[in-house]
Amino acid sequence: MIRPDAPVLLEICDLRASVEEQPILKGVNLTIRAGEIHAVMGRNGSGKSTLSKVLAGHPAYRVTAGSVHYRGEDLLALLPEQRARIGLFLGFQYPVEIPGVSNLEFLRVATNARRQEQGLEELDTFAFEDLVRERLKVVQMDPAFLERSVNEGFSGGEKKRNEILQMALLDPLVAILDETDSGLDIDALRIVAGGVNQLASAANATLLITHYQRLLDVITPDYVHVMAAGQILRTGGKELALELEESGYDWVDAELERLEASAPEGLAAAQASRTPAEVG
Amino acid sequence: MVAIPVGELRVQSRSLPGEAWLTDLLSSLPVLAGSAWLASQQQRARQALAGESLPSRRQEAWRFTDASAITAIPAHRLERLAAPADLPAPAAQVLRLVLDGRGDPLEGLALPEGLERLDPAVVEALCGEALDANGATAAWPVQLNGALADQVLALRVSQPLPTVLELVSDTGDAAGVLGLRLLLVLDPGASLEVLEVHRARGASLTSVVLEAQLGRGARLRHGLLAQGQPHQPAAAADELPSSAGAAPVLLHHLAVVQDPGSELQLTAAVSGWGLARLEPMVVQRSGSAFTRLRGLQRVDGRQVVDTHSRVLFAGPEGRLDQVHKALADGAGRSVFNGAVIVPRQAQRTDAAQLSRSLLLSDRARIDTKPELEIVADDVKCAHGATVSRLQQDELFYLQSRGIAADQAARLLLRGFCEEVLAELPAPSALWQPLALLMGEEPAP
Repeated sequence: MIRPDAPVLLEICDLRASVEEQPILKGVNLTIRAGEIHAVMGRNGSGKSTLSKVLAGHPAYRVTAGSVHYRGEDLLALLPEQRARIGLFLGFQYPVEIPGVSNLEFLRVATNARRQEQGLEELDTFAFEDLVRERLKVVQMDPAFLERSVNEGFSGGEKKRNEILQMALLDPLVAILDETDSGLDIDALRIVAGGVNQLASAANATLLITHYQRLLDVITPDYVHVMAAGQILRTGGKELALELEESGYDWVDAELERLEASAPEGLAAAQASRTPAEVG
Repeated sequence: MVAIPVGELRVQSRSLPGEAWLTDLLSSLPVLAGSAWLASQQQRARQALAGESLPSRRQEAWRFTDASAITAIPAHRLERLAAPADLPAPAAQVLRLVLDGRGDPLEGLALPEGLERLDPAVVEALCGEALDANGATAAWPVQLNGALADQVLALRVSQPLPTVLELVSDTGDAAGVLGLRLLLVLDPGASLEVLEVHRARGASLTSVVLEAQLGRGARLRHGLLAQGQPHQPAAAADELPSSAGAAPVLLHHLAVVQDPGSELQLTAAVSGWGLARLEPMVVQRSGSAFTRLRGLQRVDGRQVVDTHSRVLFAGPEGRLDQVHKALADGAGRSVFNGAVIVPRQAQRTDAAQLSRSLLLSDRARIDTKPELEIVADDVKCAHGATVSRLQQDELFYLQSRGIAADQAARLLLRGFCEEVLAELPAPSALWQPLALLMGEEPAP
């Protein structure tokens, strides 16, 4: 839902970031207002996953220039846990398995960390169990998964449901979902996407990072951004995703060539970033 | 450089602290009256140790482990131990035997059906058999135990036992040496759960030799909870020179013989000792048995924990599932050596061994070594060893959910430990193994 007067939740200005001295993000600009759903699409290595990790504060990525403001606050100055507590959520492409740590306990500690920041009272074991059982319905998840270790032995679909369950518990203002559709069969995709739709409201915003149109068949984006070589090359409405589905990413190369003509250094850097495998 | 006369040198080398310590200890031990058999066993062990010193790092089996901490323990046997004061009340269905090396732990107790004292003639016949089968009879800690122990607690289990047997020793603040010798015989088809707990705070050495024989189809689930608690807090311990305030020492041999169809599960959790050396050893006498080993050890300060495990398949179609974990913090040192021996007759053996260690400090040290001797050609033997710090991706995942870095690290460490602790017999919960292992104050 686009409302020009809605408050800005996230403002990314000329964001540049490197991993192991390799520049990946080369000037990303993006403004997200409350109520909006954005989709970032692009090839492998375009930098879209890097963008999500930089926003969440992954220590392996170094911001070299630019700024990110979250509701006016300098996001990059905050620790990852502080970002999460004030309402930024990253749904992982590959949720991490943590043997020996109970999923229920993990969810409770995380939920209470967020609630404390929100000025809500912390939930004891019993109150939390009531809450979690209610939120399980968002992703139609079997309560048996609460008793297991975090993500351990979960199938791809179960892991993604667990991510959306965390989102439902943490009640974020900006949710970044990194390839949430990858590894899901059509039923699981429907359930996970249905969960995201239920949680989207006029007060929060969602940033979907995805390869494919199929997620966007279920979650309708207000904006679609195409990333290439660490920048957003083009922004459009939901029809841009359909166009990509039809014509592929070949036009991106043409666009990059045009960039080369205007700024040769930009392309050299862009090509360097496409060679290493799986940077995005 | 100062010239030292040759004569003086010889005097010095003869009074090595280790040798002197052992001489002092042996000369302090009374001659046993009563059982002629046990007295002769004692005599033999004392003679074997006479003129010896402590295990030295020149010996392959002690290469990474400095045993000199033993010399800081007063060289006399603990003759009268005060009854341990702060033991948790035993859970229901628990038979607790408190071991002090002197009194009869079975005195005044009604044993449940299926559990009985082993006949003395059978004890004489069977005692030492499992050690022999595991090639451990001449090991230094076993000899030391033989020289010390005045009694053998020998129990026979003749059927599946619903009761958990709790074997507890607690030297408290006492200083000296305690020797405990135990023998468990499980008849064919019998099953038993044992929780063995050893605690110490003072300058004491606890020496344990436990032998177990598992008949056909017998099942033994054995948990070992070894909770040392140094006098000084662990955090300060590594600031002190190693000689200050002797920390408790544990020497533990567990020798098992398994008959076909039997199942053995050994789970050990060890922390808080100045020096702990554990040697779980298993022989599958004719193969076709199942052995599950779980180990968890934590060192901090200047502590040393060394686990040397050994599993021998003396027949075909045996199975082993072994996971050993270590946490090394402070300037602690953790050693694991896991021997798996698969001779020619042990065809179709299926063995897996994994060692996982977490290095939590730049000054800590971990030595881990799988030692596989495989002669049979039709076997599956997997092994792996990892030494790492806390995983950055795991930490980041927790942080990205609002959990602060230090709390996230604590959660991960607890998870690392829980995987092993969860396999201890249920009554272990009352002993608060996780809190003690993590060096936290136990809840009242």
